[in-house]
Amino acid sequence: MAETVLPKLEVTPQNPLVVGAGASLIEISNLSLFYGKSRALKDVSLKIRERVVTAFIGPSGCGKSTLLRCLNRMNDLIDGVRIEGSAKIGGHDIYAPDVDVIELRKRVGMVFQKSNPFPKSIYDNVAYGLKLQGVTSKGELDTAVEQSLIGAALWDEVKDRLQSSALGLSGGQQQRLCIARAIAVKPEIILMDEPASALDPIATSRVEDLILELRKDFTIVIVTHNMQQATRISDETAFFYMGELIESGPTQKIFTMPKQKRTEDYVTGRFG
Amino acid sequence: MPQQQHQGKLTSGWMGIHRGHKARPLEWLAEKFIFLVSLSTILMVFLIFVFVAREALPIFLGKENSALIKPVIPPADIDKLKSEELRAYLNLTEKQFQKMDRETKVDLMLVKQEAQSEIPERLLNDPDAKLNTTEWGAMLKPRQWASYNKPEYIWQPIGQIHKYNIIPLFVGSLKITIIGLLFAVPLAVGAAIYISQLARPRVREVVKPVIEMLSGIPSVVVGFFALLIMATVMQKVFGYETRLNAFVAGVALSFSVIPLVFSIAEDALTSVPRSYTQGALALGASRWQTAWQIVLPAATPGVFAAVVLGFGRAIGETMIVLMVCSASVMSWSIFDSARSITTTIAAEMAEAVAGGHHYRILFMLGAILFAVTFVSNMLGELVIHRLKHKMEGKR
Repeated sequence: MAETVLPKLEVTPQNPLVVGAGASLIEISNLSLFYGKSRALKDVSLKIRERVVTAFIGPSGCGKSTLLRCLNRMNDLIDGVRIEGSAKIGGHDIYAPDVDVIELRKRVGMVFQKSNPFPKSIYDNVAYGLKLQGVTSKGELDTAVEQSLIGAALWDEVKDRLQSSALGLSGGQQQRLCIARAIAVKPEIILMDEPASALDPIATSRVEDLILELRKDFTIVIVTHNMQQATRISDETAFFYMGELIESGPTQKIFTMPKQKRTEDYVTGRFG
Repeated sequence: MPQQQHQGKLTSGWMGIHRGHKARPLEWLAEKFIFLVSLSTILMVFLIFVFVAREALPIFLGKENSALIKPVIPPADIDKLKSEELRAYLNLTEKQFQKMDRETKVDLMLVKQEAQSEIPERLLNDPDAKLNTTEWGAMLKPRQWASYNKPEYIWQPIGQIHKYNIIPLFVGSLKITIIGLLFAVPLAVGAAIYISQLARPRVREVVKPVIEMLSGIPSVVVGFFALLIMATVMQKVFGYETRLNAFVAGVALSFSVIPLVFSIAEDALTSVPRSYTQGALALGASRWQTAWQIVLPAATPGVFAAVVLGFGRAIGETMIVLMVCSASVMSWSIFDSARSITTTIAAEMAEAVAGGHHYRILFMLGAILFAVTFVSNMLGELVIHRLKHKMEGKR
């Protein structure tokens, strides 16, 4: 069984934002997920705290992306997926029968590994989520689009061509546009599935800066393959292996003095 | 140590003498063969058009004369004519004219004279009988024929006076095609959206092949079904007067258009990247909103291509329309009968005299039809290109 209780956070100069960070927002308990007969997640229990960047790390196929997708029920789209256990956001079980998946996804935004702007204008990409929520006033949309693009550090680059196609942007700009699109609807949580893995180092560092900026307002859960990235941007880290949560805790601790041998082997690069 | 001499083959150039097609002759051959095959299809299309247009050329150039009453040259005057004039008078080709001896030509002139003398009395003073109905004016403008009380568009190719007004045929084709498309496109695109975006896999596995199987039904069978069953049922439902009309034909036509539009639109919708769908769903869009607001706009070029091809199919479909309705009445009402261009060609070509004006007019209709489909496909292609560029953010 994996360690289920999150250790008490230590306040360190490296983790200033942990100070004052809220109580746990997401509580996952004994969550198992099956693709048909194979079990992709085994009894995962984890608490994720408000306004903190939590990184999921682990080798490929360890279930970290699967767990991420449980949090906005994107796994529902795959046939033959079965889930046991519970995942609560703000005390509500998101797998309860009365949960409206669409409402849930409005509150839990997501940024994908491969940037996926819609083949529409930059403006429409950002405004789409708001339009879904019934916002029609032009002024309101304009403000929200501008705010979101500023928030995603993209405004200066695109303000003169809001009406041109989003597919004309570079890869890094597209990914920041996707982040702008996600934050435009003001979700509580943003899930990021390896958001920088398809980007060059410069674009990556811009996205990382952005994530550090965003954690003031949002709870961020990020899956990453890049260990340095996890140390740079996350406050807390959870290490997964073969569908199990091996260890979780403050990032500093996981990377410098992990309790488990397997964690140590992974973070020091001995396997993975 | 003695220097070892390289004992390989003699080579020249950077990587040896065998380069280009000499290195891989089979691949080279296969490539050239495929190129030739694809070239030959272009050539075929071109040749078909050239053939059709050549047969229709005298009409386009206004060289045919279909007037019933023509000036007569008595056979005795044969020597007064130049050979070129005589040939034109007898309506012969150069070769035919060369082969004939003088006597045959005199006989032919006699036949002409007799034919003119057999024209009934009542037609002799009829201005219609002197009219060349293959002129553009007669083919396109309405005319008040004898015993009609107002100018009308009339296609009556058989009879003593050949009435070749092609407007009713164009109106007929247009009527039937538009009705067919109005029926087929929403149904086919709707079905494509459902199958590609909303349906469960098991439903998709059943419905998709069934719709595509529709295209395997011979159009003559569809026509038969429409003629015997649909026409009666629809008359009962809608209560119109003419049982066989453009409306029934259009609906029956949509049976052959639906599978085509469906399968191309479905392909286009399915090939929209899953990442768009996922992005929209993750923003809190419902499946329906995703399909309608994200996937359909992203697939517009493909769906539009499906519609263009559907138009080509609809305007070119012959058998269904031929069986369901083919009276060439000039009417914009969809509940009147109509005869399309294709139907006209199919029904009348067998009885038209080869080389005659009726025959040539049918070829002209074919050439126009060819041009219309060609131009509509070109325009469609242009629009698709524009749409794609706009979407990809290029200018």
